[in-house]
Amino acid sequence: MNKLIKISFLLDGRMFSVETKSDRRLLDILREDAGITGVREGCGEGECGACSIFFNGRLANSCCIPAIAAEGAEIDTIDGFSKTEEYSIISQAFADAGAVQCGFCTPGFIMASAALLRENPRPTDNEIKIGLSGNLCRCTGYTMIIEAVRLASGRMARNV
Amino acid sequence: MHKISRPVNRDDSKNKSSGSAVYISDVIKPGMLAMAVKSADFQHGKINTIKKPELPEGYFYVDGKSFTGMNRASIVAQDWPFFAESEVLYFGQPVCAYTGPRIEVCEKLCIQTKIEYTPLPAVSVIEDAADFFNDYTIIKGNPDKSFKEAAQIFENQYRTGMQEQAYMEPQGMIAEFNEGKLTVYGSMQCPYYIKNSLKNAFNLDDDNVRVIQSITGGAFGGKEDYPSILAGQAAAAAIVSGKPVKIVLDRRNDMSVTPKRHPSLIKIRTAVDSEGNITAMDIDCRIDAGAYESLSGVVLERAIFISTGAYNIADVKVRGRTMKTNHIPSGAFRGFGGPQALFAADMNMYYLARKLNAAPLELKRRYLFQRGDISVTSGIFRDDIKLEEMISRVEEISDYSSKWAEYEKTSQAGDKMKGIGISFAAHGGAFTGNGEQEIIKSLVRLEWEPDKQTSAGGRLRILVSNVEMGQGASITLRKIVAEESGLPLEAIIFTNPDTDIVPDSGPTVASRTIMIVGKLIQDAAAMLKQKIEDDINSPSSVEKSYVHPPEFDWDEETFTGDAYPAYSWAVNVIEVEIDPITFEIKITGSWAVYDVGTPIDIKILEGQMQGGTAQSLGYSSIEKMQMINGKPAQVSFTDYTIPTTLDFPDTECVFIDNPYRYGPFGAKAAGELPNEGPAAAFTAAISQASGRMITEIPVTPEMLEEQLR
Ligand code: FES
Ligand code: FES
Repeated sequence: MNKLIKISFLLDGRMFSVETKSDRRLLDILREDAGITGVREGCGEGECGACSIFFNGRLANSCCIPAIAAEGAEIDTIDGFSKTEEYSIISQAFADAGAVQCGFCTPGFIMASAALLRENPRPTDNEIKIGLSGNLCRCTGYTMIIEAVRLASGRMARNV
Repeated sequence: MHKISRPVNRDDSKNKSSGSAVYISDVIKPGMLAMAVKSADFQHGKINTIKKPELPEGYFYVDGKSFTGMNRASIVAQDWPFFAESEVLYFGQPVCAYTGPRIEVCEKLCIQTKIEYTPLPAVSVIEDAADFFNDYTIIKGNPDKSFKEAAQIFENQYRTGMQEQAYMEPQGMIAEFNEGKLTVYGSMQCPYYIKNSLKNAFNLDDDNVRVIQSITGGAFGGKEDYPSILAGQAAAAAIVSGKPVKIVLDRRNDMSVTPKRHPSLIKIRTAVDSEGNITAMDIDCRIDAGAYESLSGVVLERAIFISTGAYNIADVKVRGRTMKTNHIPSGAFRGFGGPQALFAADMNMYYLARKLNAAPLELKRRYLFQRGDISVTSGIFRDDIKLEEMISRVEEISDYSSKWAEYEKTSQAGDKMKGIGISFAAHGGAFTGNGEQEIIKSLVRLEWEPDKQTSAGGRLRILVSNVEMGQGASITLRKIVAEESGLPLEAIIFTNPDTDIVPDSGPTVASRTIMIVGKLIQDAAAMLKQKIEDDINSPSSVEKSYVHPPEFDWDEETFTGDAYPAYSWAVNVIEVEIDPITFEIKITGSWAVYDVGTPIDIKILEGQMQGGTAQSLGYSSIEKMQMINGKPAQVSFTDYTIPTTLDFPDTECVFIDNPYRYGPFGAKAAGELPNEGPAAAFTAAISQASGRMITEIPVTPEMLEEQLR
């Protein structure tokens, strides 16, 4: 079962191929083989969202995706996303709102915030809370993270 | 408010947001080996045999004999072994470990290692524990007399559960040993604790142990003690193998083996005279220390020193014990004994109010500490205590009293049971007792590096051993130095401590970083400013060490005097609704007023308070951690739920102005304060809503159902 397989996928806009054992998680491929350590491991069980990525454009926990499933997929991580304009607005809002403390959860929250704002550019507070409910932060109590998303939403609206 | 309180954006949010911040799990060293620890799957037993598998080439075995010094970590008490010796005292105790190139192989070797035990009697809970590590008694006034003369005596008991720190970054450490020098990198709060522990473990001298903090993804006390164990284990493996060794715990492992908040069982007898005045309390405080003493003695001190809460009781007897049980040693967690003691003290006042037919706030405010009052340890509250002003503020924002009166009439009727509670909390800033003046003796250094290329003409470096772990130490310490020196903030540099570079300014604990270390660097900055003004183009430096203000007096033998130089204060109001059918609890409002002296940065402080309040409300309600026969029953976020965005409302925070004489720009302790009060405010609210006297946290729907059906 645990044989070597070759998988290829689009990683942050570039083709990435790797030969790997079949039982590995996409999270391990990203962190260990592609060296994208900004994708964090907080729980390894789909509970914390620290490992959030976009998988074919949708928010997903990379710790819950078997490596094989990545074959042919389009995967965007915080590494690629952090070079976009969308990221600058969101990350600036996180900084201004005071939403970053220890920072371990932050890349995951930024990915989740982006996914939320793409789908719903003007979310209500309640929609923000629901949109971010798959991510855990132990430091902030979330108030400033929610404020950051509110800020980012307002700034994006002004930017269009 | 002082202008230093104005918020400044943190210096570390960029790296952390983009994912380029490097945590220990991201670090790879050439030739680095992995490591897996074999944990005991037995609660208490004598080790008869350890059957080891054959080692594949390139793999090494490590155990307690790998330590050339002592196989004991130095965490206040020096009793917790890195690896078990002849006896296993708790489920999950490290017994031995394997290191080698591949983690899967190391893990497999652990599974193949078979340990045989002779069972020994095990104790799992406080009630069954007969032995203790520490037994302290303090007497204030003449409690015997008051009890003898009492018109009424009330007795009740309060219980708090275990709590997992649940920092988002699991613990991790890398050790390497080159030419006789041991270097350790990792996620930690106390670099010098680890350094001292390693010196003792391997008989190394000061020059041959170096500890470097990596970016730390949350700690909350959880990275005060266990990193010393982990560092010792990784170091042993590095020395045995001659290669760098990395150990990073996955979440299940982390939750299975690391210390948690001490459960407590506190009994309070209260004497009331014929006029209905509270005259004395007799408090029996037991905390569950687990299998080794570690730092439990100091946790107990903090608990008993504040055992009447924010209330001035004339005559007090308190006995405290750290009970010895067979589970993971309990450890440091934000509040450090305070949350347990304050929960019991505040709920006891609620209980007395109910017994004496008084409104809880009315009774509580009659006993609140005031300037000049005497603490449980017979110290003096020397500074202004503004709790009355804080009550007015909290009434304004929460409308506590009118809601309380309304729910008092309607709580039992209607389709939702509603309640509101208020609590008062005090937190003594800095290390307990003689810690600052006799044990830590903090030393800080500031260095000026001239650089004509910069607009300030150079850089000023802050050299301290206190860490940034998310709480904002970096930006707040830099702000203090910038404000004092007049240099722009960009010219002030703070980097993660490396014990080869920074002096020992003490551990990052006890809300002491700003209050104690911040004051030292402020004073040093004033001196260095002079030197820079004299000669901006030459490097210069200033060192400053802690001097305890002579007005404070402390006797460590009898626990008499000023246990802390200053106290910070909090008033919390929590409002709840209980569904009468499902007993589901909903927190509908959270308000708080704080006295932390001068806030060094209002936004950092708000972040601390909001985050700490969420942790405390989790502690009170949804965070249930049980040890079943000494084995942790919740070892993942699936089983142990911490607050999400959907669980609690925002906490509305207000800070009052009350600068502290010996703090930097008037600042005093802040970081632990939000973990002290919410549990009692929440439980008072639940008690009102349910019409029952609730004395135990966490309060779960199952528990309410039992009470109400
Ligand atoms: S690490 Fe993937 S959800 Fe926590
Ligand atoms: S900032 Fe620390 S976990 Fe979110």
